[in-house]
Amino acid sequence: MNFTDIFVGIDRDHLKMQIYSCSSTDVERALNKPSGNVEALMALLSPAAEPYIEQLAQQASALTKQRFGYNISLFAPMYLSNLCANECDYCGFTMSNKIKRKVLDHSDIKKEIEVIKQRGFDSILLVTGEHESKVGIDYFANALPIIKQHFSHIALEAQPLKTDEYRRLNQLGLDAVMLYQETYQPHTYAKHHTRGKKADFDYRLNSPDRLGTAGVDKIGLGVLLGLDEWRLDALLMGHHLSYLEKRYWRSKFSVSLPRLRPCAGGIKPKTTITDRGFLQLICAFRLFSEHLEISLSTRERSDFRDNILPLGITHMSAASSTQPGGYANPKSELEQFEISDERTVNEVIEAITNKGYTPIFKDWEADWKNG
Amino acid sequence: MLRIAEHSFSSRLFTGTGKFGNTQLMLDALKASGTELVTLAIKRVDTKQNTDNLMAPLSSLGIKLLPNTSGARNAQEAIFAAQLAKEIFQTNWIKLEIHPDPKYLMPDPIETLTAAEALVNKGFVVLPYVHADPVLCRRLEEVGCAAVMPLGSPIGSNQGLLTKAFLTMIIEQSNVPVIIDAGIGCPSDATLAMELGADAVLVNTAIASSPRPVTMAKCFKQAVNTGREAHKAGIGAVSSKAISTSPLTGFLNELY
Repeated sequence: MNFTDIFVGIDRDHLKMQIYSCSSTDVERALNKPSGNVEALMALLSPAAEPYIEQLAQQASALTKQRFGYNISLFAPMYLSNLCANECDYCGFTMSNKIKRKVLDHSDIKKEIEVIKQRGFDSILLVTGEHESKVGIDYFANALPIIKQHFSHIALEAQPLKTDEYRRLNQLGLDAVMLYQETYQPHTYAKHHTRGKKADFDYRLNSPDRLGTAGVDKIGLGVLLGLDEWRLDALLMGHHLSYLEKRYWRSKFSVSLPRLRPCAGGIKPKTTITDRGFLQLICAFRLFSEHLEISLSTRERSDFRDNILPLGITHMSAASSTQPGGYANPKSELEQFEISDERTVNEVIEAITNKGYTPIFKDWEADWKNG
Repeated sequence: MLRIAEHSFSSRLFTGTGKFGNTQLMLDALKASGTELVTLAIKRVDTKQNTDNLMAPLSSLGIKLLPNTSGARNAQEAIFAAQLAKEIFQTNWIKLEIHPDPKYLMPDPIETLTAAEALVNKGFVVLPYVHADPVLCRRLEEVGCAAVMPLGSPIGSNQGLLTKAFLTMIIEQSNVPVIIDAGIGCPSDATLAMELGADAVLVNTAIASSPRPVTMAKCFKQAVNTGREAHKAGIGAVSSKAISTSPLTGFLNELY
């Protein structure tokens, strides 16, 4: 069984109607017992929960402190390639975009590592466009051992791979895979993913199942906020998460909630999510899952990042470059999207400390897999 | 005094180092708690650069460090972490934690027993974190663990001693110190644990996640002392019925 078998049975139109028919009584009931309950998640994501934002934030903040302490884990994305064989109209890497393309070789990777290590990072997110033939399993398998020498924790955000390929990377020290569905609404998905393998909605939807089967330690889900109705997308992601947690009990889970940002040749969001809505979304997921890792990227403004830091967030990136080779050579124009928080790592550390939190760089043991 | 392996402790409150807002706050709280043993996750220590600056201030407070294997998902990873801890901190003490379930962080009994036996054979002083399972605690004692650390409720949950009935059995039967670990949410939970006869408690989240960790640490110190003193003084038996102070057989003591 895969998630597509469950997904086919979810009546999305009915669900959307239900979200908009939630009452304050539903929200109050949900606030009373939100953990692991998709019905409660629906109420907390609904417009009816908007007046309860303070209570949501209070509960989310308390739960996060209890589970994760006054800690914020920091990581850096490292873009390995911007080659892409997909057409996705919201992304700067999209196939038809006339930008310079680059794949980092081992010498480039070492240069990037040097800058990232100097900044103090020990947890890294490897990002690529989706190009199976040039930046596929063999490329990853060759790059991982080099990178693993320098970082305790390695996550990958690239095209979905096969179960055996994930097993292979797992053995080479890969700790986490981020695989965002972007939108759980197939019609919208088809509209934005017009060419390439990413157009296969179901293959992507079943990728977390393959990760769980392959024993990858952490699985990251995400939706790109702005492609479609965010409340429904988030709720469907909640259904996905709930299914995965029951099935792959050894895996950890994280969510990322990127808001659509400007990029070269990119589209405007179909729907916008306000800061208030974004906070509601984070708090709703924290109440739904106390142990869920929630990541906040530099897409968000610095002042907003500082304000929501104590309200459910566990992981943050800092001083990110979104282009291959961008740390060693910041001026090349190959980026995926424009970041919003442009502060240095030290400035971000200072902001975290000023909030009474401790920035955490190391939270894993690199040699566990081959210990 | 509490003795574990060859070490004596006058404080029966053990604490942790995680979840505090900053290092100074942690040190202030540890000092206020009067603790003499704190645990530290080896996964948090930068083993390559060893830039961790905790050792010196902890030593100056007279606190012994108990590295833990938190994050390890099986015996092999835990043994590796223990060996790493020994190299870095020059200690053969290890708090053995193996939880393959990232949701509730339930300890794996099978992997824990396997790792405990291997580590004892390598000369470690092993303090395993386990479910409140009386048989498992006996098995761990048999393989040579220096103490057992059964949980009161899920780690970090502040739910108190949900496993009270089983903790009572473990305390009754154990020949090694019993340290109640995990789930102690408020000082009265710690008092109860000590009243039951636990040798010590380990409290982290309830202190570190409190808005006022130093005050909370002091409260736990008092609570542990109170529970221990009450236990030593002898707590009266619980009865569901009133017991008359002039029993029916009183006449037997009267002189005719």
